[in-house]
Amino acid sequence: MLDRRLIFVTGKGGVGKSTVAHAIGRLGARQGKRVIVAELAPAGSGAGIDEVQLSPGLFSIVIDPQAAMEEYLRVKAGTLGGALSHSRLFSTLAMATPGLRELLGMGKIWELAQLQRRTRDGAVYDLVVVDAPATGHGVAALRTPRVFAQTARVGPIAYQADIIASTLADPDFTAIVAVSVAEEMPVRETLSLADALAADGLGLDRVVLNQVYPERFTPAELERIRAAAGGLDPTAEALRSLRSALAAALSAQARARSQQSHARELVDRFGERLAPLPFLFCDELGDAELDRLADLLEPKLTLP
Amino acid sequence: MNIPELLESRRICVCAGSGGVGKTTISAVIGLGMAALGRRVCVITIDPARRLAGALGLEELGNEPRRVPAERLAGAGLEITGELWAMMLDPKATFDDFIDASAPTPERAAAVKANPIYAQLSSAVAGSQEFTAVSKLYELAGSGRFDLLVLDTPPARNALDFLDAPRRLTGFLEGRAVQALVRPTGVGVRLLSVGAAPLLAGLRRLTGVDLVSDISSFFGVLGPMTSAFSQRAGAVEALLRSEQTAFVLVASAQRESIDEALWFTDGLAARRLPFAGVVVNRFHHDLSPGPDGADPETDPGRDLAASLAELLGGHPELAARVGTAFADYHVLAARDGAQLTRLVAGLDGEPVLAVPQFDDEIGDLPALARIHAFLFGSEQERARLIATLVA
Repeated sequence: MLDRRLIFVTGKGGVGKSTVAHAIGRLGARQGKRVIVAELAPAGSGAGIDEVQLSPGLFSIVIDPQAAMEEYLRVKAGTLGGALSHSRLFSTLAMATPGLRELLGMGKIWELAQLQRRTRDGAVYDLVVVDAPATGHGVAALRTPRVFAQTARVGPIAYQADIIASTLADPDFTAIVAVSVAEEMPVRETLSLADALAADGLGLDRVVLNQVYPERFTPAELERIRAAAGGLDPTAEALRSLRSALAAALSAQARARSQQSHARELVDRFGERLAPLPFLFCDELGDAELDRLADLLEPKLTLP
Repeated sequence: MNIPELLESRRICVCAGSGGVGKTTISAVIGLGMAALGRRVCVITIDPARRLAGALGLEELGNEPRRVPAERLAGAGLEITGELWAMMLDPKATFDDFIDASAPTPERAAAVKANPIYAQLSSAVAGSQEFTAVSKLYELAGSGRFDLLVLDTPPARNALDFLDAPRRLTGFLEGRAVQALVRPTGVGVRLLSVGAAPLLAGLRRLTGVDLVSDISSFFGVLGPMTSAFSQRAGAVEALLRSEQTAFVLVASAQRESIDEALWFTDGLAARRLPFAGVVVNRFHHDLSPGPDGADPETDPGRDLAASLAELLGGHPELAARVGTAFADYHVLAARDGAQLTRLVAGLDGEPVLAVPQFDDEIGDLPALARIHAFLFGSEQERARLIATLVA
C-alpha cells in the first residue's frame, strides 16, 4: 500500500487521526521516499499553503482552500486569473459555489501528488499523506471532485475535477485509511464511512484501530487477582499500594474487554485490513512514540 | 463546588469543547441532574451516541424537544422531580424554520429554500451548524417552557469555533462583497450590480457552473432578509453574554485539550462571555504512591513485587504483569495530575471538576448515574467516591 502516491487518512475527532497520518509519513520517509503530510484547513483560516520541512524527507503543509484557489488562478488562468484572485468579491462568490472549496483543497492535494508539479519550484513528492477532515467532511472531500465534474460538465475546472476524481478512484494511485478507536461512536462512524465510500465505488484500504488496551491476564489469573483483592483489608493504610496495584490490573483488564466487545464489528467487517495499534502509556507522543507506531504499522501497510 | 452551585440562577448552560472528549455525555448528565433537582430542563444535542439516546428513552429524536420518561431514570436511582426534555438538532430543518419565519411571504421562503446556493449555505458554509444551534437555543429560551437549557455544542476542531461561527455566517451574508452584488432596485426583482457581472462571467468560464442566475436570484430573494440573520445573531450574542448563561468547558486531561481549555477561557474573557468552570473528563485519579514510591507503612524490607507475588500465591511472573499494569496506570495518573495542576494554575479561580476514566464506555443509565455522583455530589462525597476507584 505504501507504493501508492496518495494516502487519505480520515476518522472521528479525538481518535488520533493526525498521529496516524504522521506515523505513516515517517514510515514513508524512512523507506527513502520524499513525503508530505497535508492537512485540509477550513476556508478563511489564514493557513496559507506553504510546504514546511519537518525532518529529512518529511514535509508538511496546511491547505487553506482560499490560498489554494489563488494559487490555482495564478498558475492556470493567466491574466484573467491574476485579476480574479485579487478580487474579494470573486473569492466570496467562489467560496459560495457549491463544492468549490472542497474541490480546491483536493485539487491542491492532487497537485502535490503529481510527478510533474504545476507550481514553480515545486519539487516532486513520492507520497502524499492527507490528514483529512473528520469523517463526515472527509467523505465530502473525497466525493466532491466527481460531483463537481458531473454538475458543471464544461469548463476548465470541471475538466480538472474529472481528472482528480479518476485519480482518487484509482486503487493503484490512492489509498483510503480510516482511524478508529474501540468505542461506540467511532466504530459506528467507521462502519458508515465504509458504506458511504462503497456507495461511491471507493474502497476502504485499511482501518487503523488505535489505542488498543492490552489484555494481560487469562480468566484463571483474573480470578486469582480478584480473590487476592477481595481478601485485603480495605481500610488498612499499609496495604494501600497492594490494593491499588490489584485494582489497576483489574481496571485495565476491564477496559481491554470493553474495547474488544466494541472492536468485534470492525474485526468482522475488515478482517485483514484492520491494523491495531496499542495504547501508548506515556506522557506525550514524541519522536520515539511516532517511530514506534510507524514500526507497528509497517507490516500491515506493506501488504497490497 | 459542584454543578448545582455552578448553575444556580442560570437559565442556559453551554457545554463547549473539542470532539471526542465526552461532551454529549456530560451535557446529558448535567441535564438529568438539574431535572432531578426540580428544574424543567431541555438538553439540545446534535448527534448523540445510540446508546446514550436509548438510555434516555429517545430512540427517535426530532427537531423538537421530547420528554424523557421519568420512570426510566427512576430505575437507575435518579428521581426526576422536575422535567427532563431532550432534542436532537437538525440544522437543515432549523435553518428552514428560520427562513420561513423571516420571509415576508411563503413564496419568498420557498424561493430561497429552492436555491442551490441556499443548500450550500444551510449545510456547508462554515458556521451554519453553529448558527442554527444558537438560533434554536434562542427560540427555546424565549418560549418560557424551560427553567434551564443545556446546549451540547456542535463538534468542531476547536471549542472557540463555536463562538465565532454565527458571526462568520452573518459576516458572509452582510459582507460588503455580497452587498455589492445586490443593487437596490426597489421591490421584487433585484439586479446584479455592474461590477459583479464580469466576475460571475469569469467564474462561469472557469468552473462551468452558472452562478449568475443562482446568485442573483438567491441574494435577490434573501436580500431583504439578511438583516434578520444579523438581528438574530445579535440577539443570541446578548443572551449568551447575559448573567443567565454559564459556559462550561468539557476537556480531557491530555496536553492539547488542556492547552485548548486555557485558550478557550481567554477567548471567553476577550468576548466578555460568562465562564463558569471546566469539567475534565476521563481523568485518571491517583491515590497511592505507585510502584516506585515508598509506602511508608509497608515493611521496608519488602518491595511491592514480592508482596504481590506472595499475595497471588507465589506467581512472580503474574505479579510482574500486575506490577506493569499498575505502572502503566501511574504514568497516566501522573500525566493527568500534572495537566490538571497546569489548568488550575492557568485559571482565575474558576472551579474544575474531574470525572474519572471508567473502565467501560459510558452510555447506559447506571453509567450516567456514576458520572452524576461526581458532578452533583459535595466535595466530601467526591473524595469518598475517588477513594473507592483505585484502591
